[in-house]
Amino acid sequence: MIPLRPVVLLSYALFCAGVYGMLTRRNAIGLLLCVELMLNAAAMNFVAFSRLYGHVQGQAFALFIIALAACEAVVGLAIILRLSRTAKTINADNVNLLKG
Amino acid sequence: MPHADLLGLIAFTLATAAIVAGAVWVVTLSNLFRAALSLGVVLLGVAGVFLLLKAEFLALVQVLVYVGAILTLVVFAIMLTAKMSDAPAAPRAGTRLPAAVVSVGLFAVLVAMTEPLEWPAQATEPVTTAALGQQLVTTLVLPFEVVSLVFVAALVGAVALATAGKKRA
Repeated sequence: MIPLRPVVLLSYALFCAGVYGMLTRRNAIGLLLCVELMLNAAAMNFVAFSRLYGHVQGQAFALFIIALAACEAVVGLAIILRLSRTAKTINADNVNLLKG
Repeated sequence: MPHADLLGLIAFTLATAAIVAGAVWVVTLSNLFRAALSLGVVLLGVAGVFLLLKAEFLALVQVLVYVGAILTLVVFAIMLTAKMSDAPAAPRAGTRLPAAVVSVGLFAVLVAMTEPLEWPAQATEPVTTAALGQQLVTTLVLPFEVVSLVFVAALVGAVALATAGKKRA
């Protein structure tokens, strides 16, 4: 049985690393990687508290997070591929047209 | 301290080291391909933490879905867009310090908020996979079905996005 406080601290650290990446990355795929970091931090927090209280729904929600992260990655990468064809760039700063 | 607890602590320390090092690489490496591979290290570390928290099913799902599917997809996307991401992949120089201040500040606030809290004793019985499966088809059946709907929508949306603008056969 491992102590849970370090697990929660680890999930904070993971989330804050994701925030740092979101603020500094310019590449759209890089931003997607940072979103995955933050989603993982949230899932880890859910599982830690599910273990603390012996409650099953924490794990169920972590499962939903993983499933929705898969959807998000699929749609996000489709958008990025489309962007690379039409706008010829995947730098998020250079994508500034609503219609182009 | 019993033998199993000590082994668990050692494994947790290793997983923590992998997760922290991997997360730092994901956000700092300017080569996106290496950043994606470091994300794999983080995901495997998180799967290890899930195992230590007695969530075996979630650890397997994490490896299968995240490392097996999402990471492969990301690596494909990086390779397909490789010629566009050579130069501008490096982080903007001017935003590093403010971003570091924001993320470290957020970490400090989160720690300060939760550190004084009293933690209840850990539940003796870990959640079983059978209970998780039962919950998914009873109480949580609606979100479960909605997730499958979202999967279909994401699939159709991804195909529509990726093929839009091409001539229909």
